[in-house]
Amino acid sequence: MEKVYFDHAATTYVRPEVLEAMLPYFAEDYGNPSSIYEIARSAKKTLETARDKAAAALGADPAEIFFTGSGTEADNWAIRGIAELYEKKGRHIISSAIEHHAVLHTCEYLEKRGFEVTYLPVGEDGIIRVADLEKAVRPDTTLITIMTANNEIGSIQPIEEIGALARSKGIVFHTDAVQAVGHIPINVKSQNIDMLSLSAHKLYGPKGVGALYVKKGIPLRSFIFGGGQERGRRAGTENIPGIVALGKAIELAVSEMEEESRRLSALRDKLIDGILSSVPHTFLNGSSVKRLPNNVNVSFEFIEGESLLLLLDMKGIFASSGSACTSGSLDPSHVLLAIGLPHEKAHGSLRITLGRSSTEGQVEYFLKELPPIVSRLRDMSPLFEEYLKISDPARVSG
Amino acid sequence: MKKRVVVGMSGGVDSSAAACLLLEQGYDVIGVTMRTWRDETQGDIQARNGCCGLTAVDDARRVADCLGIPYYVLNFKEDFRKYVIDYFVGEYTRGRTPNPCIACNRYVKWESLLFKAKQLGADYIATGHYARVVKYPDTLRLSISRSAAKGKDQTYALYSLTQAQLDSTLLPLGDYRKEDIRRFAAEHNLPVAHKPDSQDICFVPDGDYASFIKEYTETAPPEGDFVDESGRVLGRHKGIARYTIGQRKGLGIAFGRPMYVKSIDAAGNTVTLSEDVSVSEMITSDVNWMALEPFEGERRFNVKIRYGDKAAGCTAYVERAADAIKIRCRFDVPRRAVTPGQAAVFYDGEYVAFGGVID
Repeated sequence: MEKVYFDHAATTYVRPEVLEAMLPYFAEDYGNPSSIYEIARSAKKTLETARDKAAAALGADPAEIFFTGSGTEADNWAIRGIAELYEKKGRHIISSAIEHHAVLHTCEYLEKRGFEVTYLPVGEDGIIRVADLEKAVRPDTTLITIMTANNEIGSIQPIEEIGALARSKGIVFHTDAVQAVGHIPINVKSQNIDMLSLSAHKLYGPKGVGALYVKKGIPLRSFIFGGGQERGRRAGTENIPGIVALGKAIELAVSEMEEESRRLSALRDKLIDGILSSVPHTFLNGSSVKRLPNNVNVSFEFIEGESLLLLLDMKGIFASSGSACTSGSLDPSHVLLAIGLPHEKAHGSLRITLGRSSTEGQVEYFLKELPPIVSRLRDMSPLFEEYLKISDPARVSG
Repeated sequence: MKKRVVVGMSGGVDSSAAACLLLEQGYDVIGVTMRTWRDETQGDIQARNGCCGLTAVDDARRVADCLGIPYYVLNFKEDFRKYVIDYFVGEYTRGRTPNPCIACNRYVKWESLLFKAKQLGADYIATGHYARVVKYPDTLRLSISRSAAKGKDQTYALYSLTQAQLDSTLLPLGDYRKEDIRRFAAEHNLPVAHKPDSQDICFVPDGDYASFIKEYTETAPPEGDFVDESGRVLGRHKGIARYTIGQRKGLGIAFGRPMYVKSIDAAGNTVTLSEDVSVSEMITSDVNWMALEPFEGERRFNVKIRYGDKAAGCTAYVERAADAIKIRCRFDVPRRAVTPGQAAVFYDGEYVAFGGVID
């Protein structure tokens, strides 16, 4: 049976070039960059080269890049770090209703500690309105944290304008760009970004390594205590193989972005058109324009996404219903609820995220397998039966 | 083509062995763990051994990997809340004593899970209950009969299954005793062969129902009076949900003689105590007919009035009221602590004849 991996936003594989680049640092060049002898110096140099690459990909200065253990860690560090750093100035944070749990749960933690958080609503397109943001700003606002692109519906936020507004009000602007880096152009300078989180495994690097960009001049304190790594801001012996891989992966992703993005956008649109035209009572979630090139999120009325995923799995098609971090439980996605879907429609959603291994043939295979699965589930669905009775009583006279 | 079966896997030795047995019998087996209550995103759950704890999922997955079967964790939280938790809390606040495992079997496992299984193209669902699905010879209706595991009989909790549900049910452990299953699991190197049995209600792992209800309803149950059978006030109780019929310990008062909870009046918020809590008759409603259908006249049965009860002789009659059928039964020997809200399951020999809820 064909295996079709359509869940690249959950994680990706490590590209062969990246794997090759990181391998020597496990057993050959294994030095600790903090030591003084030769193999350590070489490790240090490697670390800094990776930092240069990450910085170049973001339009940042290498001194502004701090490697972390994950995108989630970067989010936690940025948000808690700024909240606590400027606590005397104010205890108000602005975020959005569709953030990843790495951001939302950090905000909730801070709320329990007495901070106030405003969660901006989004439109049907999954995008915040800058006017809403402007209204939400208060004298005691110290941080705006809004994701660059959404992991479930792929909507892309007006980052440059958010950044400009934040800057004009003297508020730090952090963005969780885990889904965006390497997929759409990012420039922290031109987009007025003060802090940005990214993760290697979303761009063909390994799991367990991420980075936080912190604009020069922001005296973010250390979050993890220990040794003096990362200029005393992030203790713990550096994950050199991971960091090397992150550098290589981000360099490749940015250099190939234009072409790959064009290819994926075409596949994405073929999928969207194919699904909407072959399966009735189906709609696209999120913006059709301001959307990541690899993201498709559709809702099928009258059925549950969970059952759909299982039947697709049996056909060798691996997709998801929400973000991977929550699909173990499949509560209705907070993102879909935020764009205005009622519970039952949020339940019937399917997320497909494409990647480098995705081909036209896979898209066609998917489009062939999907409609009968949806019909089968609808045939068993009491909701669908109910709908047919109302819309066309003759059809279910038996 | 192989028949497909979805096995509800709790991560315990019984359901793991059930999956393994079915695989050996040539079925196309899919493992499913039902996510029923809180989950990891709430961060307030400690590792525990109930049927919905996180360790349950990890253990079930390890077993599925070991057997090489597909395995899924599916979400049944909405149904579980609606049909089990709300019912559980509601019954206690109505002064009755619920059996959440029966509600879970009836509405969640044999409704929602069975439906999911059919969606997956399965012919059956299976569980690790010690009971058998059999045809009752007299009526040719499907029934549940007691298993080889005398001490571990789980027919009581399955009385509510309909004929259609029974027709889609496999209970592979029915021919085994618990020690056989442990040995079987060990022989097959199932990683949970030596795991202890779970005891408590899965969503109240510490057994403290009263605190659970208080937390869930976000209201403290009001205190009220203990009274005797003539209505004389004997003392104060701490909220009716803390008491169950027949309870003696934990009343918080010394009477100089053994006193038991005789009845609970939710409307009056009183708990009646008595030295004698035996009754000779009981009414059962919400009846599910299994081996038998409604009958005329009186018939002899053995009846269990709670999980783990020893079946005792009785004579039962069907009472037809305007809106429902009820069963009136007279015990051969008066029974202590006949508890409203608990199930009464009537046996004809080894077979479940029918069952219902004690009024």
